[in-house]
Amino acid sequence: MTAIAAPTPVNPIALAAARRRRRVPYLLLLPGLLYLFVFYLIPLISLGRMALQSGNLQAGYELTWEWENFLQVFTTYRPQLLRSLGYSIGATLITLALGYPLAYAIAFRGGRWKNLLLVLLLMPFLVPFLLRTLAWRIILADQGLVVETLKTIGFLPDANGRLLATGWAVIAGLVYAFLPFMTLPIYVALEKIDRSLLEASGDLYATPATAFFKVTWPLSLTGVISGTLLTAIPAAGDYINSQLLGSPAQTMMGNVVESKFLSIIDYPSAASISLTLMLAIVVAVVLYVRSVGSEELIA
Amino acid sequence: MRWRRALLPIYLMAALTYMFIPVMVVIAFSFNDNQGRFNVVWQGFTLKHWLDPFADPGIIEALGVSLVIAMLAAAVATVLGTLIALALARYNFKGRSATNVLLFFPMATPEVVMGSSLLGLFVALRVGTGFLTVLLAHVLFIISYAVATVRARIVGFDRHLEEAAMDLYANEWDTFRRVTLPMIMPGVFAAFLLGFALSVDDFIVTNFTSGSIQTFPVYVWGAARRGIPPQVNVVGTALFIITVSAMLFFLRWQRRSALKKA
Repeated sequence: MTAIAAPTPVNPIALAAARRRRRVPYLLLLPGLLYLFVFYLIPLISLGRMALQSGNLQAGYELTWEWENFLQVFTTYRPQLLRSLGYSIGATLITLALGYPLAYAIAFRGGRWKNLLLVLLLMPFLVPFLLRTLAWRIILADQGLVVETLKTIGFLPDANGRLLATGWAVIAGLVYAFLPFMTLPIYVALEKIDRSLLEASGDLYATPATAFFKVTWPLSLTGVISGTLLTAIPAAGDYINSQLLGSPAQTMMGNVVESKFLSIIDYPSAASISLTLMLAIVVAVVLYVRSVGSEELIA
Repeated sequence: MRWRRALLPIYLMAALTYMFIPVMVVIAFSFNDNQGRFNVVWQGFTLKHWLDPFADPGIIEALGVSLVIAMLAAAVATVLGTLIALALARYNFKGRSATNVLLFFPMATPEVVMGSSLLGLFVALRVGTGFLTVLLAHVLFIISYAVATVRARIVGFDRHLEEAAMDLYANEWDTFRRVTLPMIMPGVFAAFLLGFALSVDDFIVTNFTSGSIQTFPVYVWGAARRGIPPQVNVVGTALFIITVSAMLFFLRWQRRSALKKA
């Protein structure tokens, strides 16, 4: 220990190299993070400014600290807010119920086909998202096979029973769109589990169910949480599914933002709704980081 | 007991089939002999749309815009993402956890929020929306995915090779060029492919930032109101076949280079 403290002649070249080496990571980060700063953070700040303005397109907008803009999210647009929450929660629960066994099957029973199965899971993404959603419109159509089958087994009323233009169709579309986003993080978490732990629990006479709930499930929780985040948040902001599979009675927050920004041109309202969604995400991510840590976030 | 072991594989097959149902519908309806403007009811098999895929000149134009933007956006984002991935996987530095969080946000942000905030900025700065603004937006949402893809590859390979190169008096730049870069190349290439796919497919952010320029998804959205021409399904199917081939080719190449190493 004392050898280090002894006044050994310091090699200035080595010192400069060490200092340079310490700078390297920051130089590597600089361009990318600068990009995120300019095109991610600054727009969000600008959105915050916009949300507090008043005025209209003709007269121009002025920053008047209109906090009331945020209130209307909970008053004027309460139906859309509640629908966004409801559809998102419903879709997330169904995706979790479908995605967990899927990830489990690939991780534990995939064998040497694992990579192929993952590729197959992601392959539908290579058909444009809009076309796949429009395909659901054909599949769930009024005289289609699905609706007729549901009528036969009595899940839908025979007269005017339909799926399109209902919340169910929107949720079905969301479930389909986000299933891989739920499945992949869970798969990654399951894949990391040391198989000898499961053998050990078997040796200690745990039933498969006990082994699952005491070993597998807790260890896969990080995947479940990130899958839930990656599904619930984007689903709450989606407007494609409600637009193409729903009707005006199924509009969500995203639809309001879209129409206010692109057709009605009411920037302050649109910005305040958009920002409310963003705030929900910040809260979710903070909770996640506190429970799981930041290293797993983008793994 | 035996039938219970079969349950999971059966479920797996069913779930994958479910994922492919809309894909099969898209492909099937590119062969539909539809009458009138709408292509939603099966009316018989025809090859006529495949023989005349660009009957609507808007399709090829939009497709061209999409491909050029995807190429550029994926390239820029892959470079930026690779640099960040190197920093995260190879160095310990202050601000590491903040960087992780900052990178996760664009992945978790709903597309409406990202699109509307960018449009808000462009409006405030009086920047006209068009080709450039779409490109800037696409780079933004690809970066984090590029970081994740490349980082997974860097973490997986042997650090000692780099140390060996340094021991043999290669400087940092030579080590990077001759050792690190060739090793992470499959990851970089995968990041580019993923970025390309994300860009070509994007609708929401593009819709906010595109102004009057049309990418393929923006064209489809507009066409959905007046009835989608079956040629859109032809283009979708062709895109699917091309990208699947590219992906399979890439996987084979990766396997072969892995075998060579072993």
